[in-house]
Amino acid sequence: MKLKKLTLVTSLFIASMSHAQTNVVSTQMRPVEEAEKVRTIILKGAPDAVNFIPEDGNTYFTRMKAELGAAQGKVHATIALDGELSPVNQIGGLSDLDDLAKKLSSSREFSSSAMDLGKMGGANQRFIPLMTNTFQMVANKKALQYLPAGANINALTYVQLRDWAKAMKDATGEGKLGFPAGPKGLMHRYFQASFYPSHTGGIVRTFKSADAEKAWADFREMWAYVNPRSTGYGFMEEPLKTGEVWVAFDHTARLLPALNDKPADFVAFPAPSGIKGRGFMPVIVGMAIPKNTADKAAAERVIDHMTKPATQALILKEIGFFPVVKSDLSQLSPGVQMASQGMGAVFSAKDGRASLLPVQLGAKGGEFNKLYVDTFTRIVLRNEDIKLVLAEQGKLMDALIKEAGAPCWAPDAGSGTAPCPVQ
Amino acid sequence: MNAQRAPYVLIAPSVIFLLVLFIWPLAETALMAFRTADGTWTSQYVSKMLGDLNFGIALKNTLILVAIVVPLQMVVALGMAMMLQNMDRGRMAFLYIWTIPLGVSDLAAGLAWLAIFNDRGYFNTVLSGMGFISGPTSWLSYQNPAALFVCVIIAEIWRATAIVLVILVAGVQLIPKEYNEAAEVFGASPWKRFMKITLPLLKPSLQSALILRTVLAFEVFAVVYALAGRDLPVLVGEAYNWQGAYQNTNVASAYALFILVVSIASTLVYLKVLKVKRETLS
Repeated sequence: MKLKKLTLVTSLFIASMSHAQTNVVSTQMRPVEEAEKVRTIILKGAPDAVNFIPEDGNTYFTRMKAELGAAQGKVHATIALDGELSPVNQIGGLSDLDDLAKKLSSSREFSSSAMDLGKMGGANQRFIPLMTNTFQMVANKKALQYLPAGANINALTYVQLRDWAKAMKDATGEGKLGFPAGPKGLMHRYFQASFYPSHTGGIVRTFKSADAEKAWADFREMWAYVNPRSTGYGFMEEPLKTGEVWVAFDHTARLLPALNDKPADFVAFPAPSGIKGRGFMPVIVGMAIPKNTADKAAAERVIDHMTKPATQALILKEIGFFPVVKSDLSQLSPGVQMASQGMGAVFSAKDGRASLLPVQLGAKGGEFNKLYVDTFTRIVLRNEDIKLVLAEQGKLMDALIKEAGAPCWAPDAGSGTAPCPVQ
Repeated sequence: MNAQRAPYVLIAPSVIFLLVLFIWPLAETALMAFRTADGTWTSQYVSKMLGDLNFGIALKNTLILVAIVVPLQMVVALGMAMMLQNMDRGRMAFLYIWTIPLGVSDLAAGLAWLAIFNDRGYFNTVLSGMGFISGPTSWLSYQNPAALFVCVIIAEIWRATAIVLVILVAGVQLIPKEYNEAAEVFGASPWKRFMKITLPLLKPSLQSALILRTVLAFEVFAVVYALAGRDLPVLVGEAYNWQGAYQNTNVASAYALFILVVSIASTLVYLKVLKVKRETLS
């Protein structure tokens, strides 16, 4: 009898413990330091106990698919890039959040473009935007003396960037321009965010156009002035900190540690413009609620807490991702303020051409990114014939997009419901 | 239970455990290379793997690494084992120091050697301190594939010779001392003793060490990844990329199966060439 009582009490205790926490699975803020900051600082004022569970982006979809298969899900809410939420949405895994969106909008001002992206191309709100980020460039102040005459660092052109890199190489004997072309680097984003939109105006339609051929030839020429160790760089903050590279392009979160470390040594500025404008890519992280969530109200409370202006400012201060809600940022460190100003310059550039993350490709997004990096490897690193490479890679891209059935997305002109063609 | 059935009954739990949690997932993964998500048999994933930009290069690089690293390690480990055999004082200390790399993870070893060979790493610091170079020299650059290979080979030899050493040391200790002493009495030189007595009696250990090291060498990944990243594709690295970055588990599974086939083929070759007669296995 005593044993029976004991087991009953223990199981009730365990059951109550598992119900007390709101489980949030997140692909963002995964590194140990960031996750600790989320648990101890950012989630501090949350109404319930939140169990913050980091998950690798590569295994995120597999995990969510498995969780959605359960009758009552253990995942209350989830945080992920819009590109990572897209395949989950495509299998019908996210619940509609229109009521929550309306309720939250009454007490804070969301960025309207971010809120729109939360509909994921459909009629209903599928995620509430949580934070945003973008790609930009950072330069060591030592490099500024080599800028070509008449160049405005906040409005560079690709020609000026090439000249700048050449001047730095001539003066120091080393390539001082760097790109994140390593295995963990976001080189594919460079091509999708800046290279293709700025030079050709599109990323799929114009993949093998005459503009693209010229752009690749120019890039191959500029690569002579780029640090060859770029094929090993994952996070540009490392070579920037050691001084191996003076000018770098990368995701703001991967540049921020260098800016925070030595804010007096660096400047942040938008990527250069080409003949078709100044390409940039806004990155949105959103919070969504799986369809089989155990407690929708608890999930909504966490989303409410995370999107409060005070929490948004905390997220920027601790993690380095920027708010989607109007918040007071005056108390933040000079490095973060510099990054924030750089981001502002990117988003408000007059010749800006927004390029969106390829969300409709779902699970095929990885192979889509591979196409750009393979093209770069073949043309720039292995010196193959540009026209031939673009023709072959273009054929692969066409097949991939047809297989995914994805219509064109910004910056390409729309194609209705037909798969985006490579012209 | 009767004594006949007891061993099978006792071993059954671990066999069931292995079958359910290892063999079954392994079989499912292997099938993924030939089956689409909805169950139709297809060769598209294998053709995708074979036609990939990096497949041929990864295969070539892996074969070159195996062909260079394995014989070098066998020779070095053999030398180390013979030295240990002839030591009496400090033998344990040397054995301990030489097997330290066994306890270091592949990736940690790769990162340590990266810190040495990096542009601003220890090697360049020493070289420039001695006046051999004027500034940071790039040893790990795609523009200098020979230097990159040499760096990877050095790191691999440092990391993995210990495994071969441990097997050979155990094998050398099994050789009865009497044979060597008798040969010495008859006036055989040390080299002749080594070639005619030690090596043939070491054959079973050599075979085990070769097979083990070759199979592991085909799976070389973490050290190459840390030192060379994208510049030196290898088979397991490509499998990793297809699974992680390109999110196509089917092609990754095709790569894994390919590596398995190559490993099995090389093992069969060793078993044939280094045929160990039943009599020599006391």
